[in-house]
Amino acid sequence: MKKLKQAAALLAAASMVVASLAGCGNKTAETAAPEEAQGSAEGTWKIGGIGPTTGGAAVYGLAVKNAMELATKEINEAGGINGHQVEISFEDDEHDAEKSVNAYNSLKDWGMQMLVGTVTSAPCTAVVEKTHEDNMFHLTPSGSAVESIKYDNAFRVCFSDPNQGVASAQYIGENGLASKVAVIYDSSDVYSSGIYEKFAGEAANQDFEIVAAEAFTADNKTDFSVQLQKAKDAGAEMVFLPIYYTEASLILKQASTMGFAPKFFGCDGLDGLLAVENFDTSLAEGVMLLTPFAADADDDMTKKFVAAFEENYKDTPNQFAADAYDAMYTIKAAVEKANITPDMSVSDLCDAMKTAMTEITVEGLTGTITWTADGEPDKDPKAVVIEGGAYKAM
Amino acid sequence: MSFISYLINGISLGSVYAIIALGYTMVYGIAKMLNFAHGDVIMVGGYVVLTIVTGMGLSPMVGILAAVVACTVLGVVIERVAYKPLRNAASSLAVLITAIGVSYLLQNVALLIFGADTKSFTSVVSVPAVVLAGGALTISGETIVTILACIVIMVGLTLFINKSKAGQAMLAVSEDKGAAQLMGINVNGTIALTFAIGSALAAVASVLLCSAYPSLTPYTGAMPGIKAFVAAVFGGIGSIPGAMIGGILLGVIEILGKAYISSQMADAIVFAVLIVVLLVKPTGILGKQVQEKV
Repeated sequence: MKKLKQAAALLAAASMVVASLAGCGNKTAETAAPEEAQGSAEGTWKIGGIGPTTGGAAVYGLAVKNAMELATKEINEAGGINGHQVEISFEDDEHDAEKSVNAYNSLKDWGMQMLVGTVTSAPCTAVVEKTHEDNMFHLTPSGSAVESIKYDNAFRVCFSDPNQGVASAQYIGENGLASKVAVIYDSSDVYSSGIYEKFAGEAANQDFEIVAAEAFTADNKTDFSVQLQKAKDAGAEMVFLPIYYTEASLILKQASTMGFAPKFFGCDGLDGLLAVENFDTSLAEGVMLLTPFAADADDDMTKKFVAAFEENYKDTPNQFAADAYDAMYTIKAAVEKANITPDMSVSDLCDAMKTAMTEITVEGLTGTITWTADGEPDKDPKAVVIEGGAYKAM
Repeated sequence: MSFISYLINGISLGSVYAIIALGYTMVYGIAKMLNFAHGDVIMVGGYVVLTIVTGMGLSPMVGILAAVVACTVLGVVIERVAYKPLRNAASSLAVLITAIGVSYLLQNVALLIFGADTKSFTSVVSVPAVVLAGGALTISGETIVTILACIVIMVGLTLFINKSKAGQAMLAVSEDKGAAQLMGINVNGTIALTFAIGSALAAVASVLLCSAYPSLTPYTGAMPGIKAFVAAVFGGIGSIPGAMIGGILLGVIEILGKAYISSQMADAIVFAVLIVVLLVKPTGILGKQVQEKV
């Protein structure tokens, strides 16, 4: 068994070397493309996935991988896409840009025709350069940085970081959740500061006022007493937290200690708050967050997905899983719209998909989605509120 | 009223820095080395309390005692295994690099055992918060306990060093290692004792730190460790009252800087103050000028 593993590892290493060599010379890649197209002429769609299945961000990558498998199984059982079965292959990138490009190259050797990924933003920003060079259709379920889809061959399922800021401001304003809002954000993190800037910009058009905007940095993220005190002194009714759940759990604890009880509102970074070990979930009671997916929503589609996911993977799906599931069905819808077949070249498939993407409407787990030509999804933001230690759709 | 609240928070944060800084300053004063693994001993203490109180459901007092014992043993073992063999090495840099190595070793072992996930720490302090001025000022139980613990430790440590035999031996070793040995003082034993006390204080600091800011990761000790090192230099490294004053001042400057200048510049302000102090008084606030004799 060990021998086998070693051999497999050696083989993987060797293929990576080959792949990276192939990546260096563009000409080799292009001449190889027609062969690949012929290779898949037997009639299967070869869809690759890239994401971290090991390391610190593994929870995101595994969710996407599992959801892709689940969606593929369902699609194949229902007769495939345009009558052709779907085959997927998922490569680990450990949330590292360089490894992600290597993974992309080995997927190309495997004969990938379309890419679902990468899961995290920074690697996605690196890989999009490669897919653009190869003109390969690229759909990321969850790469939310603006640059992650900067070329016309790339689309995404999730909201971009800044769009979450706009959507949050609109949600708070249109639902009249508060008139005085304070913001606590991480100025050393591009996700957090990006959302904050767009939020502040959109807040000017909405019927509420930002009374305090307080920052913290990665090196100083345990003591929030000052930021909370300032929010309290400014009379904030709501505190907007465009940050990750770890810091948010500390903020909730410290706010409760100092007797400050505003409403809290956050973005998808707060997803995971309830899973923090030993966290007193009663502190999170009433926290609202903008997330495209709540596992306890009672529509039939969500129920069916959650049940199937739990049965197969013994885990409750998170929004990454939902995004990936939607990504597979988006590809299905776009392929059927464009009426294309797997025997076409990667580049021809991509050109057809680009047009089809802007014409389809997908009824997905994360909402009813349409796409603009720059690759951004257009869907209604959904918010959930934490009640009794679980998400409730609002 | 919010000024008073900021000030109290600053003193509380500074008290934690002060207790950690004591470990740095004692070890430096006596062994003339910077124990960069000190911050990570705090993290180990935090995980011990977490395992015992939350994992096994035992009482917080048992957890604190176990953390003190575990950190003391860890401190002495680190000293014996990693620092003592290098004490007479040609370069004093060797032991400094070893200390950095031990720091990373502890972090990575914790990463291996407990994983990278943030663990939420249940406060072991059961003192209720004090509400003053009709709700405008709330002082948390953790803050009160931290400040009291800091005062008790400072008084206890000063008495120990000035009144007990072992404390006198520490003073003698810090003055002149060779002469102390000639007078019949067990230098190795004294240094081991210093590490034991410093690490026990780290355990206390870990309980206070994690109760006030209830999150625990393998990197929890790193930043407070560096801040406490700064506090020790600020107050005059090697001086025990200096570490206390340095720690508390650092905490207050950090919080007030955050409140009145800029919340994202807090660390920059702290380090700018350090530079100014060192330019004016290179040995720190209470540091002594040591004359090199030829």
